[in-house]
Amino acid sequence: MAHSSTYKPSTGIERWFDSRLPLPRMMHDQFMVFPTPRNLNYWWTFGGILSFMLAVQIVTGIVLAMHYVPTTEGAFDSIEKIMRDVNWGWLLRYAHAVGASMFFLAAYFHTFRGLYYGSYKAPREILWILGVLILLLMIATAFMGYSLVWGQMSFWAVTVITNLFSSLDTLIPGLGTTLVQWIWGGFSVGAPTLNRLFALHYLFPFIIAGVVILHIWALHIPGNNNPTGVDVKTPKDTVPFHPYYTIKDGFALVMFLILFGVLLFYAPNFLGHADNYIEANPLQTPPHIVPEWYFLPFYAILRAIPDKLLGVIGLIGGIGVLFFVPWLDTSRVRSTSYRPIYKWFFWLFVIDCVALGYLGAQAPEGWYLFFGRLCTFYYFAFFLIVMPVVGLIERPKKLPGSITQSVLGPDSKRPAEAPPPRTAATAGEGVA
Amino acid sequence: MANPDTSTDPSFLGDDDPSRRDVILIGAGGFAAIGGAAMLWPLLDQMNPDASTLSLASIDVDLAPIDEGQAITVMWRGKPIFIRHRTAKEVEEATGVKVDDLIDPLARNANLPDDAPATDDNRAAPEREPWLVMIGICTHLGCIPQGQAPGQYKGDYGGWFCPCHGSQYDTAGRVRVGPAPQNMYIPPYTFTSDTKITIG
Repeated sequence: MAHSSTYKPSTGIERWFDSRLPLPRMMHDQFMVFPTPRNLNYWWTFGGILSFMLAVQIVTGIVLAMHYVPTTEGAFDSIEKIMRDVNWGWLLRYAHAVGASMFFLAAYFHTFRGLYYGSYKAPREILWILGVLILLLMIATAFMGYSLVWGQMSFWAVTVITNLFSSLDTLIPGLGTTLVQWIWGGFSVGAPTLNRLFALHYLFPFIIAGVVILHIWALHIPGNNNPTGVDVKTPKDTVPFHPYYTIKDGFALVMFLILFGVLLFYAPNFLGHADNYIEANPLQTPPHIVPEWYFLPFYAILRAIPDKLLGVIGLIGGIGVLFFVPWLDTSRVRSTSYRPIYKWFFWLFVIDCVALGYLGAQAPEGWYLFFGRLCTFYYFAFFLIVMPVVGLIERPKKLPGSITQSVLGPDSKRPAEAPPPRTAATAGEGVA
Repeated sequence: MANPDTSTDPSFLGDDDPSRRDVILIGAGGFAAIGGAAMLWPLLDQMNPDASTLSLASIDVDLAPIDEGQAITVMWRGKPIFIRHRTAKEVEEATGVKVDDLIDPLARNANLPDDAPATDDNRAAPEREPWLVMIGICTHLGCIPQGQAPGQYKGDYGGWFCPCHGSQYDTAGRVRVGPAPQNMYIPPYTFTSDTKITIG
């Protein structure tokens, strides 16, 4: 948004640096005075929380890697050694494990925020697609990280999920088996598999960090969406990012960290599965294989579809369909707050996702299987039927004239009567 | 090199023989592309099963201690191999089934042609009907079915039961209740004596 920079290097060193690598200038323009809609609510704070959680996972992960042994003999024992012998190992490992759950919790809130307020609509399609890509990378990273524990759930989760690729045998005989053996580095999940999962688990967070930078870049071209979905029209509609949103994001982060702390210090194993404290045994399958909570909705979709290959397509399609949301939604209005019909379908979709999460943890039989299929149908129907159709037939509510009007009421000055547009810099000074 | 101005004057491109430039451009680009592609294969193939994994590809098993009605599990290529010494009743149950009634009509026996039908003859050891040797992995998503230990639930067909998603196998290891799509696989094996087999 701020195309003309307002950064003024005040000392000689700053001027020297600015003419060689204008990094302080970029930070100033993008994270200090960046014009941000004045009406962002707390659903907009999860972006900052997610950046923080990525940093937590990378920092705790790197120190854990200094003690972890990626061999089939050593993996499980090295984790118990971290828990019992390594100084503060219990804290670092629990922070990493609970941190993964908190990371997904924030990512799901962030995604639903984007869905509700239409943040994927033009001109933010690339921003949204990069976000879905980050979610995919997070899923891959979390799955590989979980396998490293080398407990019963780790081992059998890897076995079941890698075996999904063998369903390709029904398309081209031998293709699936060849692919699975290539992934395993053997004829079953074993030592080579664990070692490569460790290498990739270390790599992926840095790829995520790279895509996050592109995600923020794509955000800073059109600027933030906001709860009304109405574009920023005058500088009066915005406030500078600092101190307004640094404070708001900071407060939300503290609230989030309280929840993180409660789980970390009082119930670190609440979200985990007890069977993963049994070392991996290739000769014994646990009675119920369940993934971590953040994968349960997708696991429910996989198991709701009776055909092996179609189940895998459903599992991948559950995330993949998100890539096409900018073009599936035909409504001209961004924010669901102004969409009286779509609103009901949206909240039904939220309930549907929670229900799939519950069903993913149950045995797929009887009524559980029936509801699993029903919820799977609605999951895809929401994207493929509701989004295109409701957008065409719905009559949206009247939008506010501007962001400022939505905050101060319709009596506030219309944009046309507002004082002449100010630059981002004077907008910042005006409210400071 | 003949023309000292080439570094600053782009018009030299037009002055020179264009076909000669194209040969150099396509040649250099093509060479780099082939080199890159050739390097890609080692980077991908390094993930395939290595020499030490392949060298462990066969094992010998002594069947003498296994009495009728007993079963053992051995490891071959990191996979469990179920060996069951079936009772006369179990063999009778398996032979009494029509191939047309099966979910998967193929024998899935590595020692026979791919299109061999899933009769009990084609599933059991050759000439030694009581013996069944197979890879004890559910063909759905790779779990290990129950039914090897005496007290375990063996499903409605008396063979094996997969606890993950409820697939059931009969006494010849053929899938009778889904979601598993195929019969459990028979590994390549041969009898080296009356009581010894080599798997792999």
